[in-house]
Amino acid sequence: MSGFPWISVLTLVPIAGAIVVLAVGAASHTVVRRTALGFSLIALALTLLLWYGFHPEANGYQYQEMHPWISMLNANYHVGIDGLGLLMLLLSAIVTPIGMLASRQVERQVSLYFALMLLLQACLFGTFTALSFIHWFIFWEMGLIPAFFLVRLWGGPKSAKAAMQFLVYTMVGSITMLMSFLAIFLATRSFDFVDIGRMAQSGRLMPEIVARLGWHLLTPEHTAMVIFAGVFLGFAVKVPVIPFHTWLPLTYTEAPTGTTILLTGAMSKMGLYGFLRILLPCFGVQMQHVLTPLLWLAVATIVLSAYTAWAQTDLKRMFAYSSINHLGYCILAIFAVAKFTGTDAGLMSQKFAAMDGVFLQMFNHGLTAATLFWFIAMLEKRSGGVRGLNDFGGLRRVMPVFTGLMGIALFSSLGLPGLNGFIGEFLIFKGSFPLVTWATALSVLGLLITAIFILGILQRVFYGALPEVWAQLPDLTVGERLSLVPVIGLMFVLGLYPQLVLGVVNHTAMQMALTLRNF
Amino acid sequence: MDVMGYGQLLERAWPEIIVVLTAFVVVACDLVAFRRATAGARFGAAVAIGAAGCVGAVWKLMASAPVMNQTSMMVDTPLTRLVQAGLLVLTIVVLLLSVGAQFTEHVGEFVLLVLLGTAGMLFLVAAQDLLAIFISLELLSLSLYILTGFDKASPRSAEASLKYFLFGGMSAAFLLFGFSLLYGFSHSTTLSGIAMAVHEQPHNPILMVAMVMAVVGFGFKIAAAPFHFWAPDVYQGAPVQSAAFIASGSKVASFFIFFQVMVLGFAGAEGSASLTRMTSGWVPILVLVSCASMLLGNLAAIAQMSLRRLMAYSAVAHAGYMLLGYVAHTERSLAALLYYVVTYSLATLGVFGVLAVTEKANGDDSISGLSGLSRRAPFLSFCLAIFLLSLAGIPPLSGFFAKFLLFTSVLAAAPGSMLLLWLVVLAIGMSAVSLFYYLRVLKRVYVADVEAQAAPLRAPVFGQVVIGFLAASVALLGCAPDLLLNALVGVVRASGL
Amino acid sequence: MMLAWTIYISFAGALALLLLPQRFAAWSRVIALLLAVITFSIALVAFVEHRSGAMFTVVHRSWISSLGIGFDLRADGISLTLLLLTGAIGVCGILFSWNVEHRVREFFALYLLLIGAVYGVFLSYDLFLQFVFYEIVVIPKYFLIAIWGSTRREYAAMKLVLYSFIGSAMVLIGLIAAYVASGSRSLALGDLAGFAFTPHFQMWAFPLVFAGFAILAGMWPLHTWAPTGHVAAPTATSMLLAGVVMKLGAYGCLRVAMTLFPLGMGPWGFHFLGLGSWRDVFAVLAVIGILYGALVALVQRDFKFVIGYSSISHMGFILLGLMTLNQIGISGAVVQMVSHGILAGLMFAVVGRMVYARTHTRDLTALGRLHLSKALPFAAFTFVIAGMASMGLPGFSGFIAELMIVLGVWRAYPTLVIFVAIGLIAGVAYIWRAMQMAFFAGRDTEPAALEHPLEPITMPERIGAVLLIGASLVVGIFPQLFLNVIRPALESPLFSGLRQGGW
Repeated sequence: MSGFPWISVLTLVPIAGAIVVLAVGAASHTVVRRTALGFSLIALALTLLLWYGFHPEANGYQYQEMHPWISMLNANYHVGIDGLGLLMLLLSAIVTPIGMLASRQVERQVSLYFALMLLLQACLFGTFTALSFIHWFIFWEMGLIPAFFLVRLWGGPKSAKAAMQFLVYTMVGSITMLMSFLAIFLATRSFDFVDIGRMAQSGRLMPEIVARLGWHLLTPEHTAMVIFAGVFLGFAVKVPVIPFHTWLPLTYTEAPTGTTILLTGAMSKMGLYGFLRILLPCFGVQMQHVLTPLLWLAVATIVLSAYTAWAQTDLKRMFAYSSINHLGYCILAIFAVAKFTGTDAGLMSQKFAAMDGVFLQMFNHGLTAATLFWFIAMLEKRSGGVRGLNDFGGLRRVMPVFTGLMGIALFSSLGLPGLNGFIGEFLIFKGSFPLVTWATALSVLGLLITAIFILGILQRVFYGALPEVWAQLPDLTVGERLSLVPVIGLMFVLGLYPQLVLGVVNHTAMQMALTLRNF
Repeated sequence: MDVMGYGQLLERAWPEIIVVLTAFVVVACDLVAFRRATAGARFGAAVAIGAAGCVGAVWKLMASAPVMNQTSMMVDTPLTRLVQAGLLVLTIVVLLLSVGAQFTEHVGEFVLLVLLGTAGMLFLVAAQDLLAIFISLELLSLSLYILTGFDKASPRSAEASLKYFLFGGMSAAFLLFGFSLLYGFSHSTTLSGIAMAVHEQPHNPILMVAMVMAVVGFGFKIAAAPFHFWAPDVYQGAPVQSAAFIASGSKVASFFIFFQVMVLGFAGAEGSASLTRMTSGWVPILVLVSCASMLLGNLAAIAQMSLRRLMAYSAVAHAGYMLLGYVAHTERSLAALLYYVVTYSLATLGVFGVLAVTEKANGDDSISGLSGLSRRAPFLSFCLAIFLLSLAGIPPLSGFFAKFLLFTSVLAAAPGSMLLLWLVVLAIGMSAVSLFYYLRVLKRVYVADVEAQAAPLRAPVFGQVVIGFLAASVALLGCAPDLLLNALVGVVRASGL
Repeated sequence: MMLAWTIYISFAGALALLLLPQRFAAWSRVIALLLAVITFSIALVAFVEHRSGAMFTVVHRSWISSLGIGFDLRADGISLTLLLLTGAIGVCGILFSWNVEHRVREFFALYLLLIGAVYGVFLSYDLFLQFVFYEIVVIPKYFLIAIWGSTRREYAAMKLVLYSFIGSAMVLIGLIAAYVASGSRSLALGDLAGFAFTPHFQMWAFPLVFAGFAILAGMWPLHTWAPTGHVAAPTATSMLLAGVVMKLGAYGCLRVAMTLFPLGMGPWGFHFLGLGSWRDVFAVLAVIGILYGALVALVQRDFKFVIGYSSISHMGFILLGLMTLNQIGISGAVVQMVSHGILAGLMFAVVGRMVYARTHTRDLTALGRLHLSKALPFAAFTFVIAGMASMGLPGFSGFIAELMIVLGVWRAYPTLVIFVAIGLIAGVAYIWRAMQMAFFAGRDTEPAALEHPLEPITMPERIGAVLLIGASLVVGIFPQLFLNVIRPALESPLFSGLRQGGW
């Protein structure tokens, strides 16, 4: 399948879709919805095709395309995927249709809404496939425009503030990251992630940068740390890592639910992707220097967000904080991986495990969180926008199917063995524990609290007395059930047969872990 | 010394003779033939005859080759001929602008005085002898005094005339005193003779006094600060045509002869005004006068409410710029000075031409009276914009090129001289200030709303043609300076200094 | 050569419009648009034809022979790029002035005069000629603002003109001095740049000329004409002012000040407040401009002032890019000239034409009450896109330009990068704030009652906005198009003095 620009085509499909959707904008809402969904399904099909043609055992990147672009900056259009990229493509391709299906209640400017969703998807594809900083950054930042408008124009009453916080936080992060990357470019004369990573591995990157900058007031170590901090901030805001998270709850809550699905399911992975693709290979040394504070951050992200989620009464806010919590595990594992640089075979295998866990958890969280928000969307549609934790009760009596299926998703989020959430978290804890024992031990607290509040949700929403107002709530329609089946099915499949994902990413995880050996 | 016979002298003075004879013919015709005709017709006829005479004089100037003779009382070089021709052209324009004027019944006398003044200027340009200079200057001045007071109906005109006469008389006295000292000092009345004496004793105190007296005397004529007090009143009080004549032709002649006296007569007594090592001489004096003129002229012009007074102060400022050409006193700076003064005169004439029309309609020359002129008389406004922008030094109009040329030649006179550099900096800075007040006029013309009852302004077609011609020449000389510049450089070089 | 016709056509058009009979006044828009499109096409064709970016002669005639001044028009990659910008903004400015009714012939005549003079500046190779065009720009600016402007228009116009004129006076002094010092033989750029002026001379001439041009480029602290001028100007003039005329200053800085007096940027030999050369001084002033413009924009109540101060901030980037003295920084500065030209044009179009001309207020609070995002969705959309592009969102022109400039700064002044980053962040904030207050505020309140409904966005406005957004995207995604011609231009012998100076 080489030669054909699969990845470019994949990125262009949603863009073409957006144009078509805008063009048929005058047609009825149903037509618009179906067209948009159709394009997202085409993208999904293309991604599956990529998956089919992917060689899991091969080294390096596949489906590469490389064209010279801005010669003065030595910037190329360089795309390609490894296991991680493919996984993220798959996730984006799955989450987008879910988001669209969950956007039934959007009634205003429908064509624009779906066009923006498709654009967002294109940006996600672009981000996960780019191998050169400049156009990676273009997609990374361009994603903000559709996301911003989706939140701003269709969001809840406080959407103005939400969209602003979202935009400003991510922009600040992006700018610091951009500055750092420009410094890197000065040293390497390259924007290619592969080149930069290679240089970092050989230990030449930082000394070169420091030599070029010549900040006399700072020691070389501190200069390197400043550069690292710039990049770190960019990604940490996006994930988010506490204390850079304050934009997230408001944004997730105020965004229309279909958008929240895209944000949490796929966009939050952009930050983690950055950690894996850029921070880990390029700034291993710096991460080790400040590992303890970083680990504290990770622990804080896991534990505090779980506590905060527990204290919420708005279901959307709860899941928003729970999202932070779940991604915190990934951060923990990444820092753990960064710590270990020895060659001990036993620890090495733990490192692989942690890495695998990160990949798996990223995918699973995307899937689970998207599904949970989808359920909220369906609930909101029936309740007329009410989604408070204490507003419901005894729903299992009127909506048994809904209760059952959402229960599965909740348990997946809780990490029940047999469902997809379990295996990722298990691998992370298994791998991290020998590497960073204290931090992992503290993080278990997060698991515990998550379990508590999820069970609390189950109890307060589905059990107990049914308020009069909700006595007539209809259960899921056939269409909804049918569209939920593949997703819930996937949760079971991945829970029972994680090899499906691991098979793709295992080799990549190993490669990554190996390259981190000798800083 | 080569002595010239009267016959030779007469032959040499043909252009002046033609002008004077024309003047008499004009009066005679006016008195005899056109006594009963309307003022318009009388002006038409008188101007036609006068202009014809001037054209004849120009033709006479161009027809024969100049006789290069530096030692006599009157010289005749390509340079003087070109300047004389220029003066005649300016006179023709002044005459043409007078067509249709209504300020006087004495049409013939008016044209007569203009022509006599012109004859004075022609002599002045050629004069190389203190006596000849003084006499021609007085001929010119006396005509101008009367011309200023020509509007008998206007008390201001009379007042201006008297003021001009008193100041002028005083300046003449200064000049004469200076000349007498010079004669006593050098026992010669010719410029070359004086120069020889100066060369021997450049630091003689009597010479210094004479020099100061000369600067004072000529300073009055060119309206340089602090000898400019007559200018605002005369510019404002005199009939427009007289003011135009004072502001254009007489300026050109005075600047030229002043340059001749200073550079030829006081050659060797320049002194130096360099910032580190100052020696006495006329350059330091002129530097002071020039700076004072630039500062005072530009700053005072900002506050003026009357366009004529504004033009008077701007004349002071322009005199300041032009004096820089004296400070440099090279061939190039003389060419630049002449280019400057000619283009300046054209633009000033144009402004007065427009004023002649607007004053007739508005009754006064206040700047606020020009509000909305562009809607009432688009063509005149456009021309006025060209004149004022040229005076402000906006390219591609001739005023800009003149400044550029002058400043370049000044700097080139002594590259690296800090004094000249600072003078140029001051001049350019001040011309930035000047844009402010010129634009204030144009703001009235173009931006301000037109008053509700104001009708379109009716301007005589002939006047518009003349003004249009002036505007075209101002623009043309800016876009193609080679037309005049090559000639000037050529004649200056041919005549030598 | 065709390129010279951009000047001739514009000037001839201006004259023709003045002579147009009153009956046909309405046609002046069409004529102006047609001529602007023609000149733009000429620039475009020339841009496509001269892919190499090397300098080529357009017209070369003797003009003032005794002074060695020629009518010498030449273009290289840099000027071609800016010519293209001028053409594009020129066309769009007319599209956004379709509603001008008051003295319409004069408006478009002055407009064409301005455009023609701008073309002239970018094309001139002879510095005298360039200065002539540079000065011609001043006068139409004054009248365009003073006659058709708004808020305190006469004051703003006069201030603008005096600042420009003082700037050009400084330039003129430098030019005359250089001309005399080099022996008064020629004023052609190449001849003067090739002459070895003494270091002492360059040391004072460089700051003089550079600052003179930089006044027009809005350099802090000589920028104060810009916000008031932009605010008072009618839409098309703001677009031209911010979009093109400020670029004249930057172009002059690069093309004249820096090529003629490269040694003027060398070290003084001593340090004053940590500054060791004029280059340091101007770099620091540029950074102050970036920060100051952005921070002041953050607290404005008047919508147009926000954009006006944002221009100061963005022009600071250009000057900073020039002062990096490395190829990437200077190329970035040129790309930023184009980028800011497009974006400032677009923003002023939205604020001046789409919003102010309909609502008659620019007060952000008052605008918020009108629910503009619903009343004028297209305006909101355009402004958001322009704002995002202006805050440096990748994919748009601002990003690539600022990226290159910052790269240059990293290399030349690593310490200043921190301040630049702060400026960028403030840029996000003020655009955000303006957008929020003007278009999206007051959702909870009832829309303020209007005497008459806002008229919808017209077709010329839509076309203009789409053109500019498209241009920004093209520059952002294919900067190589421009870099291909800018680079050879910077490598030409003209800039050899600069190159020896250290890039």
